[in-house]
Amino acid sequence: MTDKRDIHAYLGEFDDIPGTRVFTAARARQGYHLNQFAMSLMKPDNRERFRADEKAYLDEWKLTDAMKAAVLRRDYNALLDLGGNVYFLSKIFSTDGVSFAEAVSTMTDMDFPTYRDMMNKGGRSPEGVRSIKDKR
Amino acid sequence: MARITAGVATSHVPLLGVAADQGKAGDEYFAPIFAGYEWSREWIARNLPDVIVLVYNDHASAFDMKIIPTFAIGCGESYAPADEGWGPREVPDVEGHPDLAWHIAQSLILDEFDMTIINEMDVDHGLTVPLTMMFGAPDKWPCKVIPLAVNVVTYPPPSGNRCWALGEAIARAVDSFAEDLDVQIWGTGGMSHQLQGPRAGLINREWDNMFLDKLCGTSDDLRHIPHIEYLRETGSEGIEMVMWLIMRGALGRETRALHRHYHVPCSNTAIGHLVLEPVDGTVPPSPRIEGNSPAAQAMIE
Repeated sequence: MTDKRDIHAYLGEFDDIPGTRVFTAARARQGYHLNQFAMSLMKPDNRERFRADEKAYLDEWKLTDAMKAAVLRRDYNALLDLGGNVYFLSKIFSTDGVSFAEAVSTMTDMDFPTYRDMMNKGGRSPEGVRSIKDKR
Repeated sequence: MARITAGVATSHVPLLGVAADQGKAGDEYFAPIFAGYEWSREWIARNLPDVIVLVYNDHASAFDMKIIPTFAIGCGESYAPADEGWGPREVPDVEGHPDLAWHIAQSLILDEFDMTIINEMDVDHGLTVPLTMMFGAPDKWPCKVIPLAVNVVTYPPPSGNRCWALGEAIARAVDSFAEDLDVQIWGTGGMSHQLQGPRAGLINREWDNMFLDKLCGTSDDLRHIPHIEYLRETGSEGIEMVMWLIMRGALGRETRALHRHYHVPCSNTAIGHLVLEPVDGTVPPSPRIEGNSPAAQAMIE
């Protein structure tokens, strides 16, 4: 234990995890409107309006063009990079009627049956995907 | 006097709520998961508490990005199941215990845990799925519930050390409540899972079982695990396990495991479940000895 933590070292380590975006304050700030847009889909009326004209609905929010384009093509890895958080993005999964596991599989290099099969066999091993720099 | 009689830890995967609500708990996929709760359902029917302090996290249901409380305690009279985007679960409303909740809130603040107090909110699967796993589908939940919500979504969440110390402070708060009540504390979420990015689907059976092992007995090793270890070893959402440490901290110096269950997978997640009881009934000492000491307040390496 130390008396004072180095916040920069704490945050810096998060970039060393392969295939993972930790939802830091910086991402929370970057993705604020994106996540609030996704949150709005909790309401049935908003879901209907979004489904009727996705582009027009997205234009009502303070989103960048990159965010809007990533929502339209359901590119969840791009949305994570733009500050999206999966619990908020999951409102899009449910609007689309896609299961959480299926939506999650689109962020991996597997199709859904292959991903589901991996989960049924015990999931992805942490071996080799703990740290980029230590290759472990 | 009120007392903490037991601790329960359980995952709170939303799919389990769906399975229970749609009558699929006996299906081949779900049966081994629900089978691990049969012992617990019989046990809790015989050991029904008056109140459960239920530690969970909200998943963008009651709280959005507008307000992010680190620790929030529900002091309201009742809580409705949240509409998480496909209509609310058809389960009973959750009845609170405002007298005990306000007492705990006051006691925690005097113990230097600056709680957010919630009087009205809906509760999502993080809170209702554990009730379903432990009680099945009654017309009315058989005891009162004090929701205790923890931010484990936006970094940094509270440290494991802080969570453990909060549990200790909850035990002191319960101990100083005048009414004769049996109180259980539940820690929910976990175990290993990652719901995002190319590394999604990560499961770490070995690490999860180490964590289950160390919740039993006198060890307090778990309070010193840093966030980065949860992230590397248990996936981006495995950090929910810090909420189990609030439960563990409230059980005092030593615990005994009455029941243990582990199953992979449920959707993207490893299911873990423990029933613990305190061994010696010791109430954790004042924060001036533990929670507030330089060692306990120091940041974890």
